[in-house]
Amino acid sequence: MSVKSYRQAFNEAIRQEMERDERVIVMGEDISGGMGAPGEDDAWGGVLGVTKGLMPQFGRERVLDTPISESAFIGCAAGAAATGLRPVAELMFVDFMGVCFDQIFNQAAKFRYMFGGKAVTPLVIRTMYGAGFRAASQHSQCLYPLFTHIPGLKVALPSNAYEAKGLMTQAIRDDDPVVIFEHKAMYDEEMEVPDEAYGIPFGEANVTREGDDVTLVAFGRMVNLANEAADSLSASGITCTVVDPRTTSPLDTETILETVSETGRLVVIDEAHPRCNMATDISALVSQEIFSDLKAPVKMVTSPHCPVPFSPALEDLYIPSTAKIEAAVREVLGKGH
Amino acid sequence: MQLNRDDLKEAYRRMCLIREFEDKVHDEFAAGNIPGFVHLYAGEEASAVGVCMHLEDRDAIASTHRGHGHCIAKGCDAEGMMSEIYGKKDGLCGGKGGSMHIADLSKGMLGANGIVGGGSPLICGAALTAKTLKTGGVAIAFLGDGASNQGTTLESYNLAKVWNLPAIFVVEDNGYAESTASAWSVAGTQTKRAEGFGMPGAEVDGHDFFAVWEVAREAIERARNGEGPSLIHVKLNRYYGHFEGDAITYKGEGEIDKIKATKDCLNLFKQRVIETSLLESDDLSEIETSVKSYIDQCAATATNGSTPTEADLMTDVYLKY
Amino acid sequence: MSGNIEPILMPKWGLAMEEGMLVEWQVEEGDTIEKGQEIADIETTKITNAFESPMSGQLRRFVTMDGETVPVGFLLAVCAEDDVDDAEIDGYVRDFKDNFVLDEAAAGAAEPETVEILPGQSIRYMTMGSGGAEPILFVHGFGGGFDNWMLNQEALSENLQTYAVDLPGHGGSTKQVGDGDLASMTDMLHSFMTVMKIERAHLVGHSMGGGIALDLAYRYPSQVASLSLIAPVGFGSDINMEYIDGFITQTRARKLRAVIELLVDDPTGISPDMIEEIIKYKRLDGVGPALERLRDSIMPNGQQARLLNDRLDDLVVPAQVFWGQNDKIIPASHAEGLPERIRVNLYDNTGHMPHMERANEVNALISAIANG
Repeated sequence: MSVKSYRQAFNEAIRQEMERDERVIVMGEDISGGMGAPGEDDAWGGVLGVTKGLMPQFGRERVLDTPISESAFIGCAAGAAATGLRPVAELMFVDFMGVCFDQIFNQAAKFRYMFGGKAVTPLVIRTMYGAGFRAASQHSQCLYPLFTHIPGLKVALPSNAYEAKGLMTQAIRDDDPVVIFEHKAMYDEEMEVPDEAYGIPFGEANVTREGDDVTLVAFGRMVNLANEAADSLSASGITCTVVDPRTTSPLDTETILETVSETGRLVVIDEAHPRCNMATDISALVSQEIFSDLKAPVKMVTSPHCPVPFSPALEDLYIPSTAKIEAAVREVLGKGH
Repeated sequence: MQLNRDDLKEAYRRMCLIREFEDKVHDEFAAGNIPGFVHLYAGEEASAVGVCMHLEDRDAIASTHRGHGHCIAKGCDAEGMMSEIYGKKDGLCGGKGGSMHIADLSKGMLGANGIVGGGSPLICGAALTAKTLKTGGVAIAFLGDGASNQGTTLESYNLAKVWNLPAIFVVEDNGYAESTASAWSVAGTQTKRAEGFGMPGAEVDGHDFFAVWEVAREAIERARNGEGPSLIHVKLNRYYGHFEGDAITYKGEGEIDKIKATKDCLNLFKQRVIETSLLESDDLSEIETSVKSYIDQCAATATNGSTPTEADLMTDVYLKY
Repeated sequence: MSGNIEPILMPKWGLAMEEGMLVEWQVEEGDTIEKGQEIADIETTKITNAFESPMSGQLRRFVTMDGETVPVGFLLAVCAEDDVDDAEIDGYVRDFKDNFVLDEAAAGAAEPETVEILPGQSIRYMTMGSGGAEPILFVHGFGGGFDNWMLNQEALSENLQTYAVDLPGHGGSTKQVGDGDLASMTDMLHSFMTVMKIERAHLVGHSMGGGIALDLAYRYPSQVASLSLIAPVGFGSDINMEYIDGFITQTRARKLRAVIELLVDDPTGISPDMIEEIIKYKRLDGVGPALERLRDSIMPNGQQARLLNDRLDDLVVPAQVFWGQNDKIIPASHAEGLPERIRVNLYDNTGHMPHMERANEVNALISAIANG
């Protein structure tokens, strides 16, 4: 056990799985960095340094820098997965899915079904998401609802360093294609993370706070905001249950329904755009299954239906905040709160 | 490496099998016995077989929406394929894939593909697996002239070259991407494109099995020797429409008949082996007869096969969910 | 002039404790308190427990009030004689707060260490204290770890060196458990003693660890100075497999909590963090198979495989047994009919964890046996 950052947690998970299984390879743009250039080897280790050190340890045969060709190398990873490797491909920013989505949702996701159960595609796509980096509209989106929509894909959203290592390890060991979302604003956040390898099962939500009044379901980085809001509200006597589903596909509907039934109130916090996102999905689930347990309408705290703005002044308005979460909680509790 | 008598008989058998298969699907589709839509490979047999005669199960191919020929050439079970096309439970993919998604990974057949240009990146992956695990295998993308203009294909040329992958891109240019002539839609030439990426490229007459076989042999040898990717531009013709039901109004008058009369790949093969006394005429007619009855049997099996049920709807989405 | 002002500080219970909440003072300002007296309830993220006064004296001032959460090492109260006036106490408190820095080292944050006992197999252990002829060696039970002794180890380390190990298959130790039976666990514990040059120790074992301690005492009698066995295995065939199987199979906090609650008489002290820590431990590579192997060897077919109580008369060292009357894992009836020279300590309203549920009383008795 030692203190590790979110970034180190991903790195350690990949490293340990590469040590354990020589079929595990990583590929991506600047995943090592400086390929073919006269300067330092392993110059970057990924654009934000997550894969630093892997190339010196495992060599260029297993740590493959790619040209900027997402269609080719994401598809290549899918083909390699279907033929016996366990590739971890980095789609640098999830916003770049636009140039390679076919290879993910028409190819990798569907092999198993289209081929009548005869294909095994242990593909992992790592990708960065989320606002707060002043990176504007094409480098800040969430987009995980789009992947969640696709049968055949699994989608994981680690909310801290412990979760990052466990979910990354699980993703690599999983025999289905997994897209794992890394929030770029969390890479330096640290906590105690075991040194030993461990996986966190997919489809098992983490209940990070237990309370009586309102259930907060939050995804990825938003889990931390929900926890903060819950802690702050407890000072005024409002106690919240906070649920981190960990994976949007598969989704732990059991824990969500059970905890919402207990409190009778639900606030869903989702950094993704508000239409057809996880918040609408959870709201639909709850109203379909346990409508009669609800004491108040469901409330969604999401970003607005606009592209991610650049100006810090605007981006700060765009991202859900603890203040907005607290206000939503008070609203579902009604007058007197 | 030479083709012996057994090889020649096997090559002819595979080409006949493809032709009979496609003719049968054509008839059955017209009769309303096959759901969805199908794209037939008849006329192009020498390309698939000329390449795949060099391959083993460790080698992988990716195909196109016009994939039946590649599947048969790579050793997929024709009866299972026919059942698949009929949407039957005993189909090669349990009736879940259909004509455009027939695959058999155990045979190194990575699937027909409904997305034009979808296969080239996958083949880079199969080639990477072969290279990383040192299986000695090669990976081959069959793609059409239409797919040759897709970014996925051009990116794959680059990646295969940059990573020095044992990959081969076989551009089957039947003159038309759907209804659009490749003479119009392809800028430059396929071989010059290969040259642009620094890989060997060769143009070959796709009606001539022996020519295809020879060009493929060279490319596959290079790949197996670690000398990287190659491109083969195969010029050929399809006898049916883009899909079944296509009235083919875009082709010139008599265009197909003329090819059938003068350049049919089965006829050319037959002439060649008989003229050079490599095979007897009886050898060939024996193959034709047995293939014909086998295909009849495939169609009967497919017709009589059971359909998948609701219990099959949600299986095979994931290994574990 | 504050030489005779004595601080009472927030204790550190276990490795992970960084702060604690003073739930409620059990004494009043101005009371005379005795060392060892329960003066407050303190809640950590893992557990709620009674806090024993570390000193005797007059409690003059509460600094941390009911419901307040403060860091480990922070001032809870001050003791002083009558002749110290209030202004001096005010000054002392002010100085303390002004100079208080969060310093883990100052808060007594010992770190566990690891030692290799066989090639590629290491044992993690925590050592505290120094002195004494023979150290105390704590051996936890099935699914536990060195941190199970958070309420005991520090308290017993005042004038003795103490060791608390993670057994093989547990915590930060190797996940290889050999045959998974008591004998192979004893072998590995003995290897630990050998490598650590612990020639003789006072063994404190809980549950499965109690059986291991007793087995070690039979096999290496010269290396055991005393035995303190808490709800040990080996005294009867009963064992609650609902607990054992539930511990192994439940992966979700709520379902696991129901299992863990079987351990204690009053489950309110079990915090979400304690459950979370168990879940995290169970996720580590190799833990699942290790626990299954231990279960299958030590308690196959729903019963304890090996009885150790038939040779108790052979024991030459002082020995005592602790049991909670409401133990739902291994019944307290297993403590019946033991030889007279083995002291049996039974506790009402106590479950399978007397060392946590009755920490102060258990500590006193262990201290007595270990300090002669």
